[in-house]
Amino acid sequence: MSDNSTATAAPRIAVPRDRNILRLSIFLAAVFLLMTALRPSIFLMPSNFNSMMRQFPEYGIMAIGISLTMITGGMDLAVVGTANLSAIIAAKFLLAEVPRGAPPEQALPMIIVAVLLALICGLACGAFSGFLIARMRIPAILATLGTQQLFTGIAIVITNGRPQSRLPLLYSQIGNTELWDFIPLPFVIFCAVAIIIGLALSKTRFGPKLYMLGTNAKAARFAGLNNEGILVRTYMISGFLSSIAGLIMMARANSAKADYGASYTMQCILIAVLGGVDPNGGFGKIGGVTIAILILQVLSSGLNMFENVSNFYRDVIWGGVLIIVLVINLVVDGKARRNGARA
Amino acid sequence: MINMRRMAKRSEPYVFGAIVLLCLLIQVQSKQFFTGNNLVDLARSMIVPALFSIGAMMVIVSGGIDVSFPAIASLAMYATDRILLNVNYSGNVMLAYAMAAGFGLAMGAVNALLIGVLRLPTLVVTLGTSSLFTGIMQGALAASESPVPPSILAHGKEKLFTATNTQLGLTSDMPSQILILLGALLLVFLLLRYTMLGRGIYAIGGDEAAARRAGFNVVGVKVFIYCFVGAMAGVTGMVRASMMMNAHPTNLLGMEMTVIAAVVLGGTRVTGGLGTLTGTMLGVALMIILSNSLILIGIPTYWTRVFTGAVIIIGTGVTAWQAGGSGRRLASSGTGL
Repeated sequence: MSDNSTATAAPRIAVPRDRNILRLSIFLAAVFLLMTALRPSIFLMPSNFNSMMRQFPEYGIMAIGISLTMITGGMDLAVVGTANLSAIIAAKFLLAEVPRGAPPEQALPMIIVAVLLALICGLACGAFSGFLIARMRIPAILATLGTQQLFTGIAIVITNGRPQSRLPLLYSQIGNTELWDFIPLPFVIFCAVAIIIGLALSKTRFGPKLYMLGTNAKAARFAGLNNEGILVRTYMISGFLSSIAGLIMMARANSAKADYGASYTMQCILIAVLGGVDPNGGFGKIGGVTIAILILQVLSSGLNMFENVSNFYRDVIWGGVLIIVLVINLVVDGKARRNGARA
Repeated sequence: MINMRRMAKRSEPYVFGAIVLLCLLIQVQSKQFFTGNNLVDLARSMIVPALFSIGAMMVIVSGGIDVSFPAIASLAMYATDRILLNVNYSGNVMLAYAMAAGFGLAMGAVNALLIGVLRLPTLVVTLGTSSLFTGIMQGALAASESPVPPSILAHGKEKLFTATNTQLGLTSDMPSQILILLGALLLVFLLLRYTMLGRGIYAIGGDEAAARRAGFNVVGVKVFIYCFVGAMAGVTGMVRASMMMNAHPTNLLGMEMTVIAAVVLGGTRVTGGLGTLTGTMLGVALMIILSNSLILIGIPTYWTRVFTGAVIIIGTGVTAWQAGGSGRRLASSGTGL
């Protein structure tokens, strides 16, 4: 029953959204060409592509997590806190279990355990947020506002606010591996995440359930969906993805700290909205989100090429782009909705 | 006669009870809580969060959420300070407040346009404008810590009275800016209680469609809220600068979480329609006592974030629980934008 209704609804929704992906692709190409035209000697260098592939996976993976929660009509403001707490737990474990200068064969099993601990921590953090939202019925924004403070607070308490550095060398060596000396491991992980989540949304039964819940929670409940279970699972996925991002950040910085990546929350929401995820729920595709991530990275790397542009202008641009995209979506969707109503 | 059953459903008595218990605990542990200078210190550190919380409460009551007020306050304060320094201003401090309020109003109008007129989601919009205003301050104005004009400096040194702790030989001054807080409380109290506009804020937070059918100008009320809250944030920024006696561009940023926590803790319903100034002030008092006095009972300061988080979760959990059961809340389980 529920499958039928979504099957008939899907193509109608898909038309304007695919147009959205087309729009985003054109925008990406334009930004790319602009940056190439401005600084061809720097921007087209292989090293520039390599560094871009290193930078975006950590916030890109978090953006995918936030997007999922936004599709349900919620929000996960705790992604950065979850990422840092997971990384700190892994780092604490490594520092305690692997003596300095330990041979790789001794360090490797411990690194695997540390990674598992971090992923479990991410799942637990997500489950807690999901519990507060689904069972306690706290609005998602406030619940995750609270859990963000709580997770960051716990991270500060267990580290006394100090960075956890001097991690086993092997960890950052693995994290910074490059396939064919060009493609960084984090990029491969990002691709895997994007493909798996994208398939989960489009090919499994979880996807339609998520969209139904986000479109109309009451209708979804009356259609027999287990709303609470879906919400808890969504926040657990978001937490899990955040912990992957935390592990990548830990490998890049070769340390873990409670306040890394504080600006990522805002950036991830910007990506989600830019990528066509409706903050009110019900709409959004991983394809769009991925293109939005690339747009942001190209813009950001492009700005880096100009030394005299203050980093703070990035805040202006992110904030400005977010608002402009919201307004454009409003105008375009408003038109589409009016046309749809007429037809 | 107070209706006891109605009282038991409100949050103020519980928050008040929590404050009393906490105060007694700190007094027993440290013997330093009920001293003149500690109480004055607490009042002093309440001024800025309390001013912010009045605005945050109005927004939440109307069914929205605003995270841009620290950015508005910082930019309004900093821009005013720089302009006054550039013209070597030495006149009355009221002009500084008026200018900061004007800048705040202008920035609030941006929020008002996007949220009220274009009906965009409040959290996403204010996150965006917050980033925008912070970026303008730090990029375009290249903000760094700077002095304040002499009249603001003099205003910052004004004090109503001085409390002395004879035991430890410590003194604390009650700053004159507390009068601004009291004035703002009175103004907003009258506005919310006795004007149609104020009732409209509660009405649209309770049920927007019903408010519209009842004849409220929903767009107008929302535009008013965000403009008013912006102007208040500007004044608050100037209060902060005068109390600190310098213009620090970033030390207000990040305060939004604590303020929203305090407002929600004070019984303001997170989905809108319900909230009182009394509760909000109690919420602020509890948060300030918690963060200022943890050290007095021997808990290291880096626990503050954990407590803030726990307080938000418990506070919102209790309010959500009280409101729970009705299908409308269930249906909006994820939203609250």
